[in-house]
Amino acid sequence: MSAQAETRATVADRPVRLAERLQTPAMFDVNRIREDFPILREKIHGKPLIYLDNAATSQKPKAVIDALVHYYSHDNANVHRAVHLLSARATEACDRAREKARGFLNAASTNEIIFVRGTTEGLNLIAQTYGRQNLQAGDEVLISGLEHHSNIVPWQMLCNEKQARLRVVPIDDRGIVPLDQFEKALNERTRLVALAHVSNALGTVNPIARMIEMAHRWNVPVVVDGAQAVPHMPVDVRALDADFYAFSGHKLFGPTGIGVLYGKEALLEAMPPFQGGGDMIRSVTFEKTEYNVLPYKFEAGTPDIAGIIGLGAAIDYINGIGLDRIAAYERELLEYATAAFSQLAGVRIVGTAPNKASVISFVIDGAHPHDVGTILDREGIAVRTGHHCAQPVMERFQIAATTRASFAFYNTTSEIDALIAGIRKVQEFFS
Amino acid sequence: MSDLHDLYQETIIDHSRRPRNTGVLAEATHSAEGYNPLCGDRLNLQLKLENGQITGIRFQGAGCAISTASASLMTEALKGKTPEEAESAFQKFHSLLTEDRPPAPDLGKLAVFSGVREYPMRVKCATLAWHTLRAALRGEGQSVSTE
Repeated sequence: MSAQAETRATVADRPVRLAERLQTPAMFDVNRIREDFPILREKIHGKPLIYLDNAATSQKPKAVIDALVHYYSHDNANVHRAVHLLSARATEACDRAREKARGFLNAASTNEIIFVRGTTEGLNLIAQTYGRQNLQAGDEVLISGLEHHSNIVPWQMLCNEKQARLRVVPIDDRGIVPLDQFEKALNERTRLVALAHVSNALGTVNPIARMIEMAHRWNVPVVVDGAQAVPHMPVDVRALDADFYAFSGHKLFGPTGIGVLYGKEALLEAMPPFQGGGDMIRSVTFEKTEYNVLPYKFEAGTPDIAGIIGLGAAIDYINGIGLDRIAAYERELLEYATAAFSQLAGVRIVGTAPNKASVISFVIDGAHPHDVGTILDREGIAVRTGHHCAQPVMERFQIAATTRASFAFYNTTSEIDALIAGIRKVQEFFS
Repeated sequence: MSDLHDLYQETIIDHSRRPRNTGVLAEATHSAEGYNPLCGDRLNLQLKLENGQITGIRFQGAGCAISTASASLMTEALKGKTPEEAESAFQKFHSLLTEDRPPAPDLGKLAVFSGVREYPMRVKCATLAWHTLRAALRGEGQSVSTE
């Protein structure tokens, strides 16, 4: 994290105009990077696609698309089953991808890397296994007020089942979880803490390492929803001392349907299995089943082999650019966009934490987000409108919905200019 | 931008800015709440049925331009109508939004929503008020959802 802060400071100190700086090939050749993404050549209503809905899902580089095509064209077979060559290739490709995911999170072992469908399934897995095993009536699960529905509902279901209490640390007017209030909410009844690393609706980056440290003082494990963090910043689960960390492949420029749940080996060992089926067993009789070793204990059934391979390709692609450089470039995009938004009258940014991922959630006076989304779409600009699966966040700010522009490293300052021009068109329409 | 003006016709913009028949209806006999979970829009509709006629109709709630204008124009169109006439108007209105045919001649002002057909993601915005109306008339009295 400190390396990231250092990069930021160096970049911000340069006395060159931002737009010029971003076009310097030595810094970050965004135009070359854009060539890696075939979809960015699409026309939407006759205009070039400006894709600013990256927090919903990201676009895929050719390397990922090619990996999927290659797998189905040359290597397709089931894994861990047969002695034939194709099965061996598929199995080895999955093993390599698991090692890539381990390296990506800096986990200690591939035993700690469970392939799941996505962040949602990862969080549900913990609720259904660790949660059901360790929660009793009167216990508490602690979350924050900026969570995505997928980091609320599984805990709500668990708490209802166990007559436990779901406790929420509210966010402040900037969209920040106040650390002192978080600390105060921890107590001897807390059994589990579940927190977003980065808020999907507002972009707030939680000081997750400090929060984990606070929870650990009570010996409480922490589940981190990393879906919105991993595309934007380097994540080291050992440096964070996270107990569980979940993310989705499709937000990380990989395929849909695949994600990773990291868990500390000792915790995973002690947990009961999630689903029953093939692959998660060592031996089965009608009387008794002996479960497989980690990580297979949590991976019942044929996995999303193509998805796993595609995710591996995505991780390679991201590593090729470097998350430090991505973070630095996106910080500049966010600064540029925030400055441009501040020049717009009648537009308010919702979520103004000083430490944010490249997300701008906003409302326009007199224009409902749905109408904003439709008008921007006609300009070729894809944004998300609605409650972003975070209705409690919307309620906190007493709004029904926002428009959200979320940037990836393939976005440009000229796309932000187009967004601003689009917002002006919306205002003309509804003025 | 010309095609956007097909969607946001002047009448729609006007009714979204200054919706008619809003607020609480005294002596309402029927009511229902409509909800569009996609955008979080909520709408509360109240009706007064007297001798088989809708003699009063009002709505409350905030939504997008399309849903607000639709609710406003619906309340204007239905005053004095019977529940059967209202149901028939809904069916004609729904055809207008989803079928590639000229609008039914008796739709009147409601024909301004013909542009919605080109925006399938917005059909639910335009029909929220009408689904709520149907729930209110059926006396279901509970929240209806577009999903």
